Amino acid sequence: MKETHMKKRSMIVVGVALALLAGVPVHAHHSGSTLFSETNSTLKGTVNKWVWSNPHCLLTVDVKGEDGQVVSWLVELQAPNTIYPAGYRANMFKPGDPVTVVMHPVANGRPYGRVVEVVLANGRRLGDGVRADTPAP
Amino acid sequence: MLHRMMTLTAGLLGAALLAPAEGVAQDKTPATWPSPVATRGPVAEKDKKPAPRRTINGMWSALRLGNQSGGVQLKPNNGRPENELPYTPYGLQVYRSHKPLEGKDSVDPADNNDPRTKCEPLGFPRYNHYDLGIQVFQDEHKLAMLYSFDNRWRMIWTDGRPLPKPVDGGVEVDGEFRENRWFGYSVGRWIDDYTLEVVTVGTMPEDRVWLDNTGRPISDQARITERFRRLDADTMEWSETIDDPKIYTRPWDTLKLRMTLQDPRIDLMTRYCSPVEIDNYNKSFGDAAGAP
Repeated sequence: MKETHMKKRSMIVVGVALALLAGVPVHAHHSGSTLFSETNSTLKGTVNKWVWSNPHCLLTVDVKGEDGQVVSWLVELQAPNTIYPAGYRANMFKPGDPVTVVMHPVANGRPYGRVVEVVLANGRRLGDGVRADTPAP
Repeated sequence: MLHRMMTLTAGLLGAALLAPAEGVAQDKTPATWPSPVATRGPVAEKDKKPAPRRTINGMWSALRLGNQSGGVQLKPNNGRPENELPYTPYGLQVYRSHKPLEGKDSVDPADNNDPRTKCEPLGFPRYNHYDLGIQVFQDEHKLAMLYSFDNRWRMIWTDGRPLPKPVDGGVEVDGEFRENRWFGYSVGRWIDDYTLEVVTVGTMPEDRVWLDNTGRPISDQARITERFRRLDADTMEWSETIDDPKIYTRPWDTLKLRMTLQDPRIDLMTRYCSPVEIDNYNKSFGDAAGAP
């Protein structure tokens, strides 16, 4: 369950619906940090989809709320060559796999975020791949 | 043309096969497929070996330090006074027309105008300033420098040819005009047995390329000086100075980056730019995540 955002679930659904009606901007690839909050949130759910792609890999996680309704969260990771050393692979997630994701949610309150850590069903923890290999200056 | 390309390809393949595996992977272990990413960081003092003379052959990486997404290594665009650049009035005007995704003046994703997000070539020297990792093949005439980001390659001529003369819209060589190029025209010389100095002119103009991910500009009047200094068998220092009087009032240093020689057997996982994948990413994530 999404621990800090479930109460906003209805608002999120309404927000997404409004965005779809209004149309959304294009050409929005980014690498900046201003999109995301600095606060960790945790998702517990099952994998819906895993996209191994540039410029960012994407994991869709279905999270069931207390009311039984499922919200699909889409979280991004860095590019394949950045996250590979952290242990990520192109074939490592399959639909239905249980997964826990620690992430920084986007600031606009929608069900999107940037991965800080992924915990697999067997307890294996994978980081974001960004800081792990940084050598001393 | 086809013949020239075949000759060049054969040359590169030949260099790849003949180039000595320096510093690492000299063992007799069975041939295999190592991890497809650079993972080797700085070598310990006790493991350092003397540098070979007049070669920078091999695969080089600074790992994440090569990323520089917040601006060039020595001057990240973070608003600190020491990192402000000496813009000319025109240079500042060009900078303000850029809408970057990163740095202190970054904009919302939907508003950016970074050529990178359309998969345009980064141009030179921006290839040195984003996700930097290279493979070098060297012969008696030149170095072929293969950039891992987007699988791009560059030639540096070390056969003594003169540096072309920058002219309006391009360069002049042997009395003949040649157009500006994404990597410009690069000439290198060994200033000692361990230091290769490379000067580049004739790069693309400021309406086609940026200097870094934070929208700093560079023009086709730039003269870029790089030094590749071999510190030991496994370490190379890559420095770079920009002299662009159209954009900056004085020369300034962008890089002093220590690269580590990687396992020569790596079949690198490249970070290419695919318009289709960028479009898919924007539709599924970027647009909604970045919306107000």
